[in-house]
Amino acid sequence: MSEIERYIAPNQLDDALEALAGGPVTIVAGATDLTPQITGGKRVYKATLMNIQHIEGLNAVTKKDGKIRIGSLVTVSEIRGNPMLKKHGGILCQAANHFASEQIRNAATIGGNICNASPAGDMIIPFLVLGAAVELARWQDDRIETRSVPLDEFFTGPGRSVARDDELLTAVIFDVPPENSIGFFRKSGPRPALEISTVSIGIGGDFSDGTLKNVRVAFGAVGPTALRGKLTEAALEGKTLNQDVIQAAALAARQDVSPIDDIRATKWYRTHLIGVFTEELLNNVCQN
Amino acid sequence: MSVKIKLDFTLNSRPVNIEVPAEMTVLNLLRDGLDLKGTKYACGEGECGACTIEVDGRTINSCLMMAVDLQGREVMTIEGMQEGHALHPMQQAFVDHGAVQCGFCMPGMIIQANYLVKQNPELTREEMKRGLEGNICRCTGYTKVLDAVAAVVGLNERRN
Repeated sequence: MSEIERYIAPNQLDDALEALAGGPVTIVAGATDLTPQITGGKRVYKATLMNIQHIEGLNAVTKKDGKIRIGSLVTVSEIRGNPMLKKHGGILCQAANHFASEQIRNAATIGGNICNASPAGDMIIPFLVLGAAVELARWQDDRIETRSVPLDEFFTGPGRSVARDDELLTAVIFDVPPENSIGFFRKSGPRPALEISTVSIGIGGDFSDGTLKNVRVAFGAVGPTALRGKLTEAALEGKTLNQDVIQAAALAARQDVSPIDDIRATKWYRTHLIGVFTEELLNNVCQN
Repeated sequence: MSVKIKLDFTLNSRPVNIEVPAEMTVLNLLRDGLDLKGTKYACGEGECGACTIEVDGRTINSCLMMAVDLQGREVMTIEGMQEGHALHPMQQAFVDHGAVQCGFCMPGMIIQANYLVKQNPELTREEMKRGLEGNICRCTGYTKVLDAVAAVVGLNERRN
């Protein structure tokens, strides 16, 4: 653990971004990932510790002009209990419902779960299925400059992303899904709570007359980053769901993933589970 | 040594003014800085719930929260649940139902159980199980813990 020379807790986004531009800063919000990483020796504090929890405007969930915007400080508990999201992004609430424990859901933020960039980050999967983009803000020429990055282009490896050191993730944004959209999330671990997923999966799209369109499939803990299942999506796009299509999709899913052997599961088991869960979720879609 | 930060917050209804090292956790502040040993250190990584406290009406793992983040907040630990010398109804229910064995997980378990009942006074047994998922007890097998919480919920219903 290295020394913290300065602690700041700005109320305004521009103050926070100016501090980031001034360099090396450890950002903290809920601290549920940061603290174990520090005590476990996987990370060291930078000279400045910045608590972003007091920044105004980053803790709202809003629906406007066909978009849903979730501020980066919104907690997993808030997502889990949000009635508007239950209606328009139910897969987010499903994932939040299976996230860690009540105590951790009360502290953990969406921005933290994404920026931690774990291949097993549970909230990343539903956001990938919803086609979300993240908003990154930085201080440039005495003003706030933002850019939008599609979430499936955000991650570059375990714990790594395209976010620059001077950028702060301010929101996750996605289009309000159409009325006929469906979404299912499933994760696996030895117990239902407080598990880092062995694998996780999300499937979503527009579903009418037994046919899936605009399909998005996402997998967690089966590669260096959470990833979109492009082969699985192609196997499903525009198809009327029947057992042949479901079996073909389950096979494609096994080809989409590149898991490793680690402490939580073997490569073989993870690949097997991905096939099983793909089949299970698609059967759920049929029964929907 | 990291920089020290001045903090003002409310702990069990009393104001606290203290200086803490920037990297200190809330759990270490409570136990070592303020000598409140009711809140327990067990896993140190948010997996067991023994360090559960209430901050601004929501339960969190105090081993994960940074002490500097307490600025301006209201904190309740197990020491704050008692009313005078009388046990809180949740504490009494745990005693009455034999829910306590070694007792190490109990401060966190009782804080979390009380929070769940405050959130939903008509909690079902299934909802209790979900809500207590983050609190691990190695002795009891949980049945008597759930019996104790159920009794408190029943009590609330009779009061209504």
